[in-house]
Amino acid sequence: MARKGSLAARLRSEYSQLLVPLIAIVLIVVFNLIRDPGFFSISVAQNNLGNAVLQGNLISILNGASELAVLAMGMTLVTAACGGQDISVGAVAAIAGSVFVKILRAGATITPLTVALGIVSCCLVAMLFASFSGVLVAVFKIQPMIATLILYTCGRSIAYWINGGATPTVDSPIITGIGSFIPGVPVPTPILIVALMAVIFGLIFKFTNLRLYVQTVGINQGAARLNGINAVGIKLLTFVLLGACCSVAGVIGVSRLSLINHETLLLDVEMDAILAVAIGGNLLGGGKFKMVGSVLGAYAIQALTITLYAMKVPSTDIKAYKAIVIILIVAVGSPVVKEKSAQLWKKLTGKGASGRIRREAA
Amino acid sequence: MKNNRAELRKRGPLTDTQLLMTITICIFFGMYVLAMIIWGGGFLRPQKIFDMLNDNAALIIVACSLTTVMICGGIDISVGGVICLVVMSCVVHLNAGGSILTAALLALGIGLAYGLVQGFLVAYLEIQPFIISLAGMFFARGMTTIVSVEPQKVAHEGFQKLMESKIEIPWLGYVAKKGNLVPARVEIGVVVALVVVIAIFLMLRYTRLGRNLYAVGGNSQSALMLGINVKRTRFYSHLISSLLAGVAGFVFLMHTGAGNATNATGAEMNAIASSIIGGTLLTGGVGNVIGTFFGVMTLTTIKNIVTTSGLRDPWWQSITTGAMLAFFIILQSVVLSNRGKRKKAQ
Repeated sequence: MARKGSLAARLRSEYSQLLVPLIAIVLIVVFNLIRDPGFFSISVAQNNLGNAVLQGNLISILNGASELAVLAMGMTLVTAACGGQDISVGAVAAIAGSVFVKILRAGATITPLTVALGIVSCCLVAMLFASFSGVLVAVFKIQPMIATLILYTCGRSIAYWINGGATPTVDSPIITGIGSFIPGVPVPTPILIVALMAVIFGLIFKFTNLRLYVQTVGINQGAARLNGINAVGIKLLTFVLLGACCSVAGVIGVSRLSLINHETLLLDVEMDAILAVAIGGNLLGGGKFKMVGSVLGAYAIQALTITLYAMKVPSTDIKAYKAIVIILIVAVGSPVVKEKSAQLWKKLTGKGASGRIRREAA
Repeated sequence: MKNNRAELRKRGPLTDTQLLMTITICIFFGMYVLAMIIWGGGFLRPQKIFDMLNDNAALIIVACSLTTVMICGGIDISVGGVICLVVMSCVVHLNAGGSILTAALLALGIGLAYGLVQGFLVAYLEIQPFIISLAGMFFARGMTTIVSVEPQKVAHEGFQKLMESKIEIPWLGYVAKKGNLVPARVEIGVVVALVVVIAIFLMLRYTRLGRNLYAVGGNSQSALMLGINVKRTRFYSHLISSLLAGVAGFVFLMHTGAGNATNATGAEMNAIASSIIGGTLLTGGVGNVIGTFFGVMTLTTIKNIVTTSGLRDPWWQSITTGAMLAFFIILQSVVLSNRGKRKKAQ
């Protein structure tokens, strides 16, 4: 019956999860359009290198949310498989960034080869650190939040230690190219990197059973094991993938500023990433997931931040307004409120009343 | 041997809570004695312990509040932010001519308001506590800068006297190089912290609410079937937690005497780490505030040992803390899974 249902019903069952992030984004967009009709206009400008580049609030939202979107992708997988969140992503990204800078500064000049080497090695290091958390979660059966509390506590110090307590800079057109614009391409490179990551994950889901396996492990690990799925391996794999995401985010973060600051690089991003997953309608307890939702959640968070900046809210006060919006979004999305409002809706439209009349008649 | 074992089994082995707590207490004392033997000096004086208590009174209180929430199966990461907000509000209030009593009431009021809102959202709207308290943390940090961006010092005379007043214990003091006796000094905040520890311990152990917290955290479905009001219990756990965070904020102010937007950064994670080291499980149903108290002391001792042993580079403290945390977490996991296997074997 449900299968044969109308298109609307099928859409509702498939995509109802995406409702919350979409509503959030639409609300922010409408609010901005009312406040300033030109808010989302995109203009072409010359940057100081003489390239034609796109500018505007929409671009800065898409650009600014890049690291968060990449991390949200990895976080969705970990959340779905392990039923918990990794709170060490910021720290691991800082470690990855430090390794990246260290490798770049090891050679005399920065060539495309050293950059590639740097990216590969920082990716490997981040995967290694993430798999440390992964082993704790998968093999030792420790809750993800506690297992990753270890790296949360000491990760940034390790990043500090890698570069000997300094905040070195890397000055190269290649790095600027990764962080802002490649000459001749009008779109900021971080947006392209996010698109690339999205394509990679799309292909993985298309051609492997990863989605099915991750959801199975997340819903019932014992049942997954009895069905021949290596639950421990899948959990570990999600952490390794998250590690790769962390390294990508770290590289973007470092390239933006052309320096590594272990203290401030992606500070508090773990909280935003978890929030993106939650706003995306994914259960924080694991199981079914929609990665698109998390990415939309990430953009919603960034859109909110940019809106507040545009409204001249001091950057230190933004957190308070952000919190209110977050609470409103999750309160509207909470099952209890949904149920209550559905009941109210029924009462208002008269269906509830007719039911009562029928009961009284009986 | 066999007799002995049989007797032990008759009395029943330690519960998970007691076992994890015992391990922590043993490791704390072991570590402290080791530090006394290797470095002597400061570690031999009772004042060292009192200094550790003085510096961490607020942390002890929030660690207790997190233990309460974690036993009930929730989490509250807004406590650091609440401390920060309370400290800043109280400083501004005192400098604007308020009295100490109203400042204390303000601290409790902020805590109470936080507890009511968060408790309602978590318990009755069934939103994940992590998200709510995360938003709570953002809100508190943002509100702090709205109250005042600039760091402020307390200028209130009465409060400064309160800050400086310390309880002196002459018989635990030591004779300084000049030959005069320096008594051991304890701040008032420590007394508050100890009272909180004992009160929460008694509450968890002997009151109906305390037992309900364990029941709900252990298995909320069974608790519901036993007729426990699960929602109200969850609500109370968040209420207690935020209220204690308010108290901790006041104690924090009594120690530092200044408000700053970065106050108590990471306090929530330190408190969670202390609770975990003390044997509280994040899954709920297992935990004890006495263990948490020793968890705080263990963390502090590690930091002290690192500084004393000459590793003065800024990264060593947190790297060793992380390593220690890893050690405790793995130890607990191994101990608990071994017990699980033995129970199955029986």
